[in-house]
Amino acid sequence: MRIDFKLNGKAIFIDVPPDRRVVDIMREDLRLTGTKESCGTGDCGACTILVDGESRLSCLMLAVQLQGRDITTIEGLAEGDSLHPVQQAFVEHGAVQCGFCIPGMILSAVDLLDRTPKPGRKEIREGLSGNLCRCTGYQKIVDAVQAASSLPTKDESVS
Amino acid sequence: MRNVFLPRTFEDLWETLEKEPDAALYAGGTDLLVKIRAGCVDPPCLVCLERLHALQGIREEPDKVFIGAATTHSRLVEHPAIREQFPVLVRGASVLGSPPIRHMGTIGGNIVTASPAGDTLPALYVMDAAVEVRSAAGTRILPIREFILGPGTVDLRKGEILCGVWLNKNLEWNVHHYEKVGRRKAQACSVASLAAVLVVSETFETEKARLAWGSVGPTVVTLQEVEDAIVGKQLSNETLNAASTLVQHGVSPIDDIRASAEYRRYVAGALLTRLADYAAAPIVSMNGSRL
Repeated sequence: MRIDFKLNGKAIFIDVPPDRRVVDIMREDLRLTGTKESCGTGDCGACTILVDGESRLSCLMLAVQLQGRDITTIEGLAEGDSLHPVQQAFVEHGAVQCGFCIPGMILSAVDLLDRTPKPGRKEIREGLSGNLCRCTGYQKIVDAVQAASSLPTKDESVS
Repeated sequence: MRNVFLPRTFEDLWETLEKEPDAALYAGGTDLLVKIRAGCVDPPCLVCLERLHALQGIREEPDKVFIGAATTHSRLVEHPAIREQFPVLVRGASVLGSPPIRHMGTIGGNIVTASPAGDTLPALYVMDAAVEVRSAAGTRILPIREFILGPGTVDLRKGEILCGVWLNKNLEWNVHHYEKVGRRKAQACSVASLAAVLVVSETFETEKARLAWGSVGPTVVTLQEVEDAIVGKQLSNETLNAASTLVQHGVSPIDDIRASAEYRRYVAGALLTRLADYAAAPIVSMNGSRL
């Protein structure tokens, strides 16, 4: 089945079975292995992607649901060699240990900061509550998101 | 391979269901797709309702509000009319699952899944919600307490879908409360939960009360004797402690992986005793109830 959608800013189409899971399309068909799979049941958040800017779980989405959507995976955040501010903050705060949960963490953080530009620590924890880190590195992850949120936004830096 | 249909109109949907009467329907996929992958169900094909326009969003009428079945929990809790009129539902939907689950899961899905632990259900019971069910033949509207028949079982016949839920506006309730106790804060099914709406007088007397518990029976549990025991009395620890004994006798929980029946009975009562502290907290929302 032909499915047309936007992936990381580019319009693309794929020909896949309609019930293929989006996580499998990303990882196996499109070789975008930044999206991880862990639980496969919607509990861990490792497979988080942005669908029209909103965090969703690619293990619980089927191919047809991509039709016409604007999808962002972790590969789509950086602009060339310049990391997204949330990615940069994760690097600077040592928020990455084994790294497996990090693509999902970062995409959830991007969604959170889009809705709540200056979240408190409690709001950050709530915003990331669908993403599990088994290295238990939450403290530094929260630090990183807080640091990213305190950077001037594009609008603020213009004015 | 299973075919997956993505109807945009009722006409498309009825045509698909006529050809594929055994299709399984889903909107968010957070329950059905997990069950399919685990091998619990094996439907011949799927119908995804996320693009069916008529099931989306919230519509206000002078004295009631319609919430489309495919409205996600995130859209629900953001909606100004819902925030203003139904804080108890906002509280329930805000602690359901996790942010991505709330971006995907829908109120209609929470209702038809009919889990005793469904986080929107106790709120819908205390608000006396009615559900709208549609088929190619027509529409019927029935109270949610008649629609939900048991764990995982609802009164949906072949060819019917849940179209949405109706709530009557009622600004009389000045305390809205939902509390859930689980093994962890996010991504947890409740061990027990309580939704409450109250009319509390200036002298802190309970004039009206509607209470509904989750996870302590085959479906949501309402207990008239407990409501009667607190109405007309001071909303005090003394009143609530006495009524909590009735709660422990009234609920019918089971032992499962999350908690024992005995513990659930205890928590169901304890949730009630916390109402006085909760109601005494400062009033912050637009209609005088706390969010």
